[in-house]
Amino acid sequence: MKAKLDQIREQALAQIANSDTMEKLSEVRVAVLGKKGELTSVLKSMKDVPPEERPQVGQWVNETRQEIEKKLEEARTKMERALREARLKAEVIDVTLPAKKAELGHRHPNTIALEEIERIFVGMGYEVVEGPEVETDYYNFEALNIPADHPAKDEQDTFYVTGDILLRTQTSGTQVHEMEKGKLPIRMIAPGRVFRADEVDATHSPSFHQIEGLVIDKHITFADLKGTLAQFAKELFGEETRVKFRPHHFPFTEPSAEMDVSCFKCGGKGCRFCKGSGWIEILGCGMVHPKVLKMSGIDPDQYTGFAFGLGLERIALLKYEIDDMRLLYENDVRFLKQF
Amino acid sequence: MNTALSWIKAYVPELECTDQEYCDAMTLSGTKVEGYTRLDKNLEKIVVGEILSIEKHPDADKLIVCQVNIGSEVLQIVTGAPNVNVGDKVPVVLDGGRVAGGHDGGPLPENGIPIKAGKLRGVPSNGMMCSIEELGSSRDMYPEAPEEGIYIFPKDAEVGADAVELLGLRDTVFEYEITSNRVDCYSVLGIAREAAATFRKPFHAPKEEAKGNSEDAHDYVSVEVLDRDLCTRYCARVVKNIKIGPSPKWMQRRLAASGIRPINNLVDITNYVMEEYGQPMHAFDLDTVAGHKIIVRRAKDGDVFQTLDGQVRKLDGEVLMICDAEKEIGIAGIMGGENSKITDNVHTVLFEAATFNGPNIRKSAKRLGLRTDASGKFEKGLDPRNAEAAINRACRLIEELECGEVVGGMVDVKEPLAELRRIKLNPGRINSLLGTDVSREEMLEIFKREELVYDEAANELIIPSFRQDLEGYADIAEEVARFHGYDKIPTTLPSGEATTGKLSYKLRIEQKARDIAEYCGFSQGMCYSFESPKVFDKLLLPADDKLRQTVTISNPLGEDFSIMRTLPLNGMLTSLATNYNRRNKNVKLYELGNIYLPKALPLTELPDERMQFTLGFYGEGDFFTLKGVVEEFLGSVGLHKKLVYDPKAGKPFLHPGRQALVEYEGAVLGYLGEVHPDVLDNYEIGTKAYVAVLDMPSVIPFTTFDRKYTGIARFPAVSRDISMVVPKNILVGQIEKMIEQRGGKILESYQLFDIYEGSQIQEGYKSVAYSITFRAKDRTLEENDITAVMKKILNGLRQMGIELRQ
Repeated sequence: MKAKLDQIREQALAQIANSDTMEKLSEVRVAVLGKKGELTSVLKSMKDVPPEERPQVGQWVNETRQEIEKKLEEARTKMERALREARLKAEVIDVTLPAKKAELGHRHPNTIALEEIERIFVGMGYEVVEGPEVETDYYNFEALNIPADHPAKDEQDTFYVTGDILLRTQTSGTQVHEMEKGKLPIRMIAPGRVFRADEVDATHSPSFHQIEGLVIDKHITFADLKGTLAQFAKELFGEETRVKFRPHHFPFTEPSAEMDVSCFKCGGKGCRFCKGSGWIEILGCGMVHPKVLKMSGIDPDQYTGFAFGLGLERIALLKYEIDDMRLLYENDVRFLKQF
Repeated sequence: MNTALSWIKAYVPELECTDQEYCDAMTLSGTKVEGYTRLDKNLEKIVVGEILSIEKHPDADKLIVCQVNIGSEVLQIVTGAPNVNVGDKVPVVLDGGRVAGGHDGGPLPENGIPIKAGKLRGVPSNGMMCSIEELGSSRDMYPEAPEEGIYIFPKDAEVGADAVELLGLRDTVFEYEITSNRVDCYSVLGIAREAAATFRKPFHAPKEEAKGNSEDAHDYVSVEVLDRDLCTRYCARVVKNIKIGPSPKWMQRRLAASGIRPINNLVDITNYVMEEYGQPMHAFDLDTVAGHKIIVRRAKDGDVFQTLDGQVRKLDGEVLMICDAEKEIGIAGIMGGENSKITDNVHTVLFEAATFNGPNIRKSAKRLGLRTDASGKFEKGLDPRNAEAAINRACRLIEELECGEVVGGMVDVKEPLAELRRIKLNPGRINSLLGTDVSREEMLEIFKREELVYDEAANELIIPSFRQDLEGYADIAEEVARFHGYDKIPTTLPSGEATTGKLSYKLRIEQKARDIAEYCGFSQGMCYSFESPKVFDKLLLPADDKLRQTVTISNPLGEDFSIMRTLPLNGMLTSLATNYNRRNKNVKLYELGNIYLPKALPLTELPDERMQFTLGFYGEGDFFTLKGVVEEFLGSVGLHKKLVYDPKAGKPFLHPGRQALVEYEGAVLGYLGEVHPDVLDNYEIGTKAYVAVLDMPSVIPFTTFDRKYTGIARFPAVSRDISMVVPKNILVGQIEKMIEQRGGKILESYQLFDIYEGSQIQEGYKSVAYSITFRAKDRTLEENDITAVMKKILNGLRQMGIELRQ
């Protein structure tokens, strides 16, 4: 009996070793372990074995079965592994083939620059608000300490609708709207479209965007203005950006300043962007004029504040190295897709 | 404003700095230097030489050979210049030197022209004699220079001396950007005062006292100002025995550096004083002034007047005129008249220095189309005290230059001069505005440098009349800030109550619109707010369409920019057309921009500005592509109920069978559709295009960022497919409405999965198939639940004339 089992085992193991496909392996399993398999028939003939030998024979059969099953399993695992290896080999793709992209649209460079600026000021606790684009003379000029005969009215080449209604030439009027709400303190920025009678060319447009900023509170100082805008410049143009404040004049701020930043292209060495000076003029700012505070119903003896205004297009053109302002309003997708 | 540094130094003699230091320091103290030009740029190794002999060139008719003494040696120089003689003293550029330009006076090359010794037709030439053009200037600025040929120095020029210095070209011209509040800085004295204060050097005012003779100007001329609102001061002085001749070189050089052409002593003095004091002056030939009387009054509407440039000007009743006893002789503050202008035969001159109303001069100059140097100064509003100073200074110069006899006294008609302004000094308040800790002593020191007098008893600053810009403590704070140094002010961040940074709600919704549009492949465009009224025709709007009621600009750049848009489509279609014309494929654009709807015309109040979310595209996709974007957006801002599409949108610019209003809870939010082929033709877009417009103020009331979790269904869903034959005129929207109405609580969703018209289907019908899904929240649905609901739906459909397909 033992000899028979040994023979079955030897034969089965040999067949397993010779099997090179899953099918053949399966055949071996059926031939040996199947219902009509050789080992199964040995088991069936157990009844012919004398009872006292049965445990011994049973053990032999089990051992044989276990060994064959183990080998079968080993062979199967090995073969599966080989098959998977083969499949993986066959499934190699050319990863340099073109990507399948969802065609996303692109934001306008003005908006990208604006959102960047909004992000910085929102982080500093500013609310983003808006004001009307068609505005009254009062909000665009008079309440900003620009009286009827002020040359600034001419300088800005205002588009008028009626004698009193005009297209705003600056976003500064939103300062007044915000102050008139009477809710203090104020920390706001107001982006928006403004209009000036400039013919269209590479550096001018009759319609462009400004961002106005206003902070009103007790104890606001010129030093706070400097600190805030220096922080803003670092966020927008990079940590190593330096700023320079030069005295300037705006009717609605006093003292007033213009802020230059160290050229973010050359770092201040001088290049074509900064016209060799190492500095780029970015914005106008100042302490809100006491007359303006008063006109808007805020007591200048209790409150002070600062305001600033910058041109969005100027930032976008500089930051993205766009050399012609007209591109911003043509809406050619080959331009827009670069942002 | 352009001024030579040497002129500034005439009043601040101790000023010592490089050009760049001057530029930086002045800019940081508030007098912005735009740029500067060295007048001796590219002028190297140029000395005074004396021509000792002249011989003909052996081989060239037009050349001569000169022996020129330059002090250290005698050089042989060959020249073609026609104007030199033995004994002439001329500028000579030596071998290895450089000149600024060519003799033709064309544009100056950046690096000038190097000069080397060489041979001219075989004869050695060891340098070059220069014309004024080669020295980088022109006969306009050096009137004594010959029309053609070599510049010739006066006989007393020292041989071997620096010719560039002698010509007054060792100087730098600075260009300033003056802010409109600093009227005083539109003058050399104003800038010199700033320079003195900036560099902490003493300021030496020019001398203004003219001796004058023993006569009295009042005996020569009388002045009457009729329109005192436009002329607050009129000063007149008289100079007799005028001797017209060239002005001295120093005056010519200073004027030339400011860009003013030297003419003769009399004209040059008035120009010089205008630059120096910022006060324009006028000189009349007193013999042409009828009745020796000056009357200042407004012109009469329709008057005509010939100005001294020979042009005839049409006047109106707001133009201020200078008249004599009989006639008009000058437009006040703008230009004198042909009839009283100074000629070389003048004997007696009437000098005028007046203070005219700035805005009136500005507007008159604009209406007359005649902006002059004088009007440019007057329009800023001048200091009446300056008129007197300037006219006296002019008389002083007349005496110094010996070009006439100044008559004693001044005719002075004026409104009472305003008292000098006084401002309380409060250093604590200044420091708390600036965030600084500047000592009272430093402040007083700054004010002193600026000629602001401190009245200790009253603790007040007395503001000189030329500083009209200083009105209150904030202005004084700026003076402290700029001379203490903006750069020395600390940088801090505002303290105080914390505020929440955020976008306004409207802006948040717009941000979402941008996000969704871009996820869907649309790129953001920006269009102008104004356009041409012709766009309404291009968009096929009927003549009486309300959208033709526009906010109209009264002074537009042209018709194309003359009305504020009332719908956003022209911008979108123009942008699509630009892309189509440039052969860009599959163009998808969106815009967020306002339209402007007048509430009433003519406009009495501000128009309604309505933000429009506009989408447009051509290329891959169709009506339903756009519909998808609209729904994605509205869903993302919380409009989760059913949108209704009304095909009767009535938009003339859209395809009549392919347009719809977008409605939500009974409100119209906007519209979408295929662009009408006629409109496509008008915009020269050669392919189908689609647009959608959402009126954001209509959308916003329905929006919300609130979200609520409703649970995930735990019980299984059951689906039923139905296939129908539907009369063609029934919209699937109607079918869906029926399904919703009759589906009851257990209706979960429905999905159109097939729609077909064609050979299998009877004419006038279409086949439509839906998959309807039911689910209950609290139990597994039984067959009879479904059957009951389906029966209701099918009955409803049948009532609409819809048959189930077998």
